[in-house]
Formats: sequence, C-alpha cells, structure tokens
Amino acid sequence: MLIFELSRPGRKNPSQAPAAAAEANDIPAHLRRQDKPLLPEVSEMDAVRHYTRLSQKNFSIDTHFYPLGSCTMKYNPRGSHQMAMLPQFLARHPLAPESTGQGVLACFYELQEMLKDVTGMAGVSLTPMAGAQGEFAGVAMIRAYHASRNDAARTEMLVPDAAHGTNPASAVMCGFTAREIPTDRDGNVDLAALKAAVGPHTAGLMLTNPSTLGVFEKNIQAMQQIVHEAGGLLYYDGANLNAILGRVRPGDMGFDVIHVNLHKTFSTPHGGGGPGSGPVGVSERLLPFLPVPVVKLDAGRYRLVTEHDLPQTIGRLSAFMGNTGILLRAYAYARTLGGDGMRRVADFATLNANYLMAELQKAGFDIAFPQRRASHEFIVTLKGLKDKTGVSAMDVAKRLLDKGFHAPTTYFPMLVPECLLIEPTETESKQTLDAFVAALKEILEEAVATPELVKTAPHTMPVRRLDDVKAARELDLTWKA
Amino acid sequence: MPFIPHTEEEIQAMLSSIGTGSIDGLFDEIPPALRAGRLSNMPPALNEMAASRLMQERAEADGRYLNFIGAGAYEHHIPAAVWQIAGRGEFYSAYTPYQAEASQGTLQLLYEFQTMMASLTGMDLSNASLYDGASALAEAILMAVRAHKSARRVLVPGCVHPLWRQVVEALVKNQGIELVGVPYCTAGGDIVADALKQFEGQDFAALVIQQPNFFGVLEEVDELTDWAHAQGMLVIGAVNPVSLGLLKAPGQWGSKGADIAVGEGQPLGAPLSSGGPYFGFMCCKQALARQMAGRIVGRTVDLEGKPGFCLTLQAREQHIRRAKATSNICTNQGLMATAATIHLALLGQDGLARVASACHANARALVEQVTAVAGVERMFSEPFFHEAVITFDAPVADVLRALEAQGILGGLDLAPYYPELGNALLVCATETKTAADMTRFVENLARIVARQSSAPSCTRLKPTATSKW
Repeated sequence: MLIFELSRPGRKNPSQAPAAAAEANDIPAHLRRQDKPLLPEVSEMDAVRHYTRLSQKNFSIDTHFYPLGSCTMKYNPRGSHQMAMLPQFLARHPLAPESTGQGVLACFYELQEMLKDVTGMAGVSLTPMAGAQGEFAGVAMIRAYHASRNDAARTEMLVPDAAHGTNPASAVMCGFTAREIPTDRDGNVDLAALKAAVGPHTAGLMLTNPSTLGVFEKNIQAMQQIVHEAGGLLYYDGANLNAILGRVRPGDMGFDVIHVNLHKTFSTPHGGGGPGSGPVGVSERLLPFLPVPVVKLDAGRYRLVTEHDLPQTIGRLSAFMGNTGILLRAYAYARTLGGDGMRRVADFATLNANYLMAELQKAGFDIAFPQRRASHEFIVTLKGLKDKTGVSAMDVAKRLLDKGFHAPTTYFPMLVPECLLIEPTETESKQTLDAFVAALKEILEEAVATPELVKTAPHTMPVRRLDDVKAARELDLTWKA
Repeated sequence: MPFIPHTEEEIQAMLSSIGTGSIDGLFDEIPPALRAGRLSNMPPALNEMAASRLMQERAEADGRYLNFIGAGAYEHHIPAAVWQIAGRGEFYSAYTPYQAEASQGTLQLLYEFQTMMASLTGMDLSNASLYDGASALAEAILMAVRAHKSARRVLVPGCVHPLWRQVVEALVKNQGIELVGVPYCTAGGDIVADALKQFEGQDFAALVIQQPNFFGVLEEVDELTDWAHAQGMLVIGAVNPVSLGLLKAPGQWGSKGADIAVGEGQPLGAPLSSGGPYFGFMCCKQALARQMAGRIVGRTVDLEGKPGFCLTLQAREQHIRRAKATSNICTNQGLMATAATIHLALLGQDGLARVASACHANARALVEQVTAVAGVERMFSEPFFHEAVITFDAPVADVLRALEAQGILGGLDLAPYYPELGNALLVCATETKTAADMTRFVENLARIVARQSSAPSCTRLKPTATSKW
C-alpha cells in the first residue's frame, strides 16, 4: 500500500500547518500554481503508522549483521546522533556570523586536526559531501596543481582495474581520461604495467589501499616512486581506511591527497544511501588548492577560510560547508574513541576479517587470495559451486537474507568470478561471526541437496526475488492515480 | 574498548583459529617502514557522558537567535514525527538499497518521494536525491550539455544564488563548460527581455531560471522559458520546493514547461544545522530520463507477480558504466529524502499550500513594516515570495552587529556578493515568525538605523534605479 492509496480527499492535518493566510493577491495569477500537487491527504497517525511499517521492511545495522564489503557497516553510536541533534546545533543558520558559531566551528576545527593526524596529511577540508565528491575534490586539486605549473600535458589519470567505479567517473568529471592498470595474480597492482603506463601525460594514480581485493598493496613504496618520478601525484581512496586506521598513515606512504569516508570509518550512518561525508587531506604542495571553506584558528577565534584567503582553491563544492551534521557525528565518535581507540578499530576489523576468512576456508569455501592476509575484508569465490550446482553468488546472497543476514557485496570487484566481498567490521562479536559461518555452511549444503531452494531465494522477505530487467525496460518511476 | 565487544578469551580463540600469535601479526604484510607509531595529536577518549557534556557546552555557547536570514536555507516548522521516524535504526543505519528484497521500506519510500517531487515540480520523473541544491544545479547543467550535444555554454543569470554559481563553476569548469552571466535588472531585481537580446541566435545548451531568484524576486518564468525554447536551449528551473505550494510548477512554465527542475530540498524537513546535511532534488521530462544523474527507484514485480521496488536505470551509473557514467555520484542524501517524504505526507497538499502562503504573508508584513521606518526602502520593485532586499543609509555590517547584540540575526549583508548594490540587506520571514518577532526586529532596526545614519560615518551612495543595469 502506497501513502497515496491511503489518501482521502479533504482529510487534513491542521496541527502541522499554519492557519490559512490571506490571498497572495500581489503575486500575478500567471505566476501562481493552479493545480494541486499529488501529496497525500492523510492523518498524522496514518503517516506515522505507514512509515513506521515501511521501516520494518528494511535490514539495517541496528537489526542485522550487514557484512557489505567496502561499505564498513559498523555500529553507528546513538550517542553521536543525539549530540549532533542538540537544538542549538540544529537551529544555526549556515550564513549566521562566525561569532554565533564558535562552538560548532571548534568541533570542525578539531575534527580537521584529528583527520590530519590519522591520515598523516598537512591540511584537511571537510566540505566534500560524500566519497565520490571527495574523489572529485582530490582529482580537481591534482589538476589545479599541474595547471599552476603550466604542465598541460598531464591529461591521464591511472586507475587500477580493481578500483571502485567512482574513481574513473571522478577522473572524467575533472576532465581527465581514465586509464586502467591491471592487477597481478597476487592481488597487487601490476608493477610492470604501471611502469609502462606512466609518462609526461600522467596526471596521477588513484589507489585504494588496502585494495578492493581485500589485500594491502605490497609494492606501495615502489608504486609511489614510479608515479612521483614520472611527475604524477598520488591519490588515496580512503574507502578502506578502516583497515589501517591508526596503524598506517597514507601521508607516510607518500600520498599527496586522500579522501576519508566518514560514513564508513567514522561510523556516521548510511541512512539508506546517505548523507555521507568525504573530507579530503592533502600534502604540503596541494595546500593552496583545498576546497573552501576550511576552519582556521586565528588568535583564539575560529573563522572560515574562503576564496579570499586561498585564491588558488578549487572552489566550493556545496553551497555552505558540506554535510555539517555528519561532521558533528564523526567528531563525537572520534572523541569517544581517542587515539588508542582509533588504532583498535583497525586491529579488531582486521582480526574479525581474518577469523571469518579462516573459518569459512575451514568450512569449505574458496578464498580468492588464500595466500594473502585479509585486510578488513576478503573475497570468497563461488565459481566452483556454480559450476557444480548452478547456484550463483547472487543466489547465495539472497538465501542469506532468509537466514537473517544481510548479503555481502556481490559481483564486485569484477575481477573475481562469482564473488562475495565480505567485511565484518570491528563491532561484531565472535558469536555473530560464528552464526554467519553456520548459515553459509547450511546454504552450501542446500546448494547441493536442494539447489532450487537457493536459486529461488529469498522466501521469507516482504517480496520474492524482483524482476530488475522489467524495472529498467518498463519504467515505472512515479505513482499515477 | 568503545564499540568493540571482544573478550580476552575470544581474542585468543580467534587468533588460534587464524594461526597467529597476536593481532600485530595480522599486519605482517605491511612494510615495517610504513607502520605508524602512536598518534600524536589525538585527545584521550571520552565516554558518552563526558562527550555529551562537551557537546552540550559547545552548543550552548552558540546559543539561539531570532533569525531573519534565508538566502538558500530556510527555517521552517518540522513536525516532531519526521525525525522520530527518520531516526529509526531501520532507516538511519541501512545502506543504499542494493539488496532490494531486504530494503523494501527505503525503496518504497523513495518511490513515494519521486512521485511527490515530480508532481510538485510538474515534471515526469524524479531521482532519489543529490547532495544539495547547488550541486544539483551543476548536475542539471552537465545533463543539459549532454542532451543538447552541440553547445557547451550555459546562461546563468546574476540573480541565481551566488554561492550556487560558485559551486557550479567548481564542478563543471574542468569539462570545458562555459557559464555565461545574464545581468539582472537593478530596478526590478529580475531578468528582463532586454538583457537576453544579446544572446539571441547563439548556441547555448540551456538557460537557468531560479524561481524565486536569490533576491526573493519572482521571475517572469513563462516569458523566459518560451524565449529559451525559441532559441533552442533547454530550460533548467531552480526552485524552492515550499514555494511550489503557491507558485506555478516548472513543468507549467511557458508553453512547453521547463525541461529540468532542480532545487535545494532543505525546506522540506531538514534543520538549518549550519549548512547540512540537506539534499538536492532533480526532476525532468521523460525524454531526459536516461541522462539523469543519481539513483532512481522503479516499481516492478517479484517472481510471484507481486509489486515491489528496486533501483533502476543503473546502466547510467558509475558502478556499471565507470568512466562513461552520467555522474560520479554514489552515496546521495537518502535519509534527508526520507525525512522530506514524511514531512510532505504530514503536511499534505493543503498544509504545503498554507505554509507557502503564510511565508509569503509574513514576508509581506515584514517588508511593509521595515519600509515604514524612515530611510528604509525595498530595493526592487517586482513581486517576491518570502524574502526581499532592503536598503538604508547605514553600513549593513554595523547594523547587523548591533542587531546580533540584541539576539537578532537580521538578514544577509549582500556587500560581499553584490558590491554594486551598496547597502543591501536580504531579509526573510517564513511561517515561523510571529507578529511579535517581526515587531521586535523592526523596532530594533529602526533604532539602530536612526543612530547609525545620524553618525557622521562614511555612508556609501545608493545605486540609482534610473539606468536599467
């Protein structure tokens, strides 16, 4: 039932609207709305009940284990949420004078400082509104850097084939062409291919480390040298920062720019698809190009650095200062963890991933890179199972829903056939991981004994498997009365 | 250990299953030279009680003001139910709905969101949100350029939000797209036909029309839309969703309607919160569906023929198309769209219309009262929605400081954005302002302006409204 189907003409909700105002007769009729928009006419209770019931059709971290690889679905502390929702924080207008925001600006300034510390970078801007916008900011700074040196030949951005799709898409949005670099058999970027690819046309390399294959790039120092010697800059995609938080700092690896997904590593909520937050950190040479505003501490007062102070900035990425409410949640989280807590994140995310990998291997699953240590995530390939039983990674993923677990990431990275990318995060207990292994073992047995049961899963969700081909062919994107 | 459940016994059991003696041993593939020591700049951990105390002190230091600033972010009543439901863990802590069968709540809600936004803007379809209004405008410009094919120039009038213009510039300039300004009329505060003549017969992909524009002024949207279409341009309408309870939807502008409608969704359920998170919305005509940026939800059926919802048109997106995607956007502002949907359901069509007309009535009352003060005038002559530019013979920054000392944020000083306007203050009154609030503002303003203008300070010349530009 859609909210529109609950609607009854003339049903009103007067406590949520001001009294009817006078006719807007100063606005000419041709500028006024003549039709009524399709908004439901329901009571407050109808709406509350409808959306509460809808919420109950979702899996979420608060209700289910959610081992979605490269998404870092860890517990989102309720305390962070409550602290960010303090009434004074919520009421403050973004263009209110800095004098009325010293409290909130102090939080942002300290968050910048903490992010500098964990990334090993010289400066941080908090404004990018998600990981992809952080990537855009980073690549745009690389472009601005080369332009400031009149080095117009650098038109190509190198991207490993295991990278997230946002990497090549962000490079293109910044006016570069994206060139793929293959991966070697061990899961590392192919060094020979990288050497052959670099040259005076190389603007930089975008690297996720640990990579989306769930392993740390062993040759990271050599890669750094190859790219820098060719005159390119190094971009660190922080999607997997949870694996090394407090353990390894991208700045120490020689990277020039990094984005951090606060909605992953700093435990801010994913909200069913955002809001995220993707602050960028840079090395000394990229400081002049940081996106504005940045918070500065000047003689005991916090103020916003704008294009007037930073004339070479790549500019503004949002009308105001990005997803500020998310920054407050990340700040509260970081203060709750402290320095030792940061390091424990990487320790226990890595412990959980390696334990889960070991247990699944013992249970008979094929690990994509068994010779490697898992970072905070790892890949299981179900190619053997598919060849034997016809049951695919997608079928296993859907069957997991029936067993009360959200599915891991499926069919990404595309390099590994029939793959599940599994990231347990540090906030899950051994009991949960053991239960997950037991569920996957059961599915393995079902795939052999009753493959149809798995192929037609899920059986217990609000809907059975959905026809997404029909959805794309016969577009139905809005409800019509 | 905050948020880490492991007992010592479990740690040992897990390490022995892995076959390693210590957690340190799990990092043995990382070159030793890269392993970091202790973080040097990190304050010690606080428990929830201590962290809450700290945050409360910071929040209280910022205080609460009687606010008359609008300029792209507007104070509105948000029904209590909106965030109590949007804050439920099942919405708050879910991921992007890739596993459709386990995400029907979010997906159906977004389908309802798309329906509401498409209807509100008078367009055929809507996406499931973008980051904010400014970046949504940038995406609309990229979309128009892709659809138009020949032109890589877009007309962006000077009365479009100046911060949005900066964002658009930052987001599209690297793709060789040129943004060309259109001067606004200094008398009316809007775009007039004369200003567009110089662009006739030239190749532009689109004209951006913000309604109401940054000055709060209403544009002649029919005339502008028809002009742009006659010139072979697409029309991008940038609209305030609350105003659409009162104002004509972009889909009805001119004889054919705008092609793309975008805007800042903040007025629909998002608190001001120093600037975010808000959300951008993007709606368009059917013909442009496959050029859209961002996630889109579609209705389909399951294998028993029962209706259900899933993400669709994913072939446009980065995770499939990579370098050839329509945008790099991945995570959007799902939770804000969730709040907006609940907000709109609680208001309904009657409620939204009432909010819009109450905003307008309050802004009219405010302008009437301030312009009754000696020396205070409205700057532009054309009708406005819920904000307006006023001018007086005193430095705006000084007046605003004096108002702030009285607990009032009196509006936005336009000097940094439009120095040519002299002493210009953009003031806004939404439905949240009472008669007493407005009286308090006006009395203080009258007193401060009288004092300031009697002082022998260096008052600047007001622009004359005789010349058109």
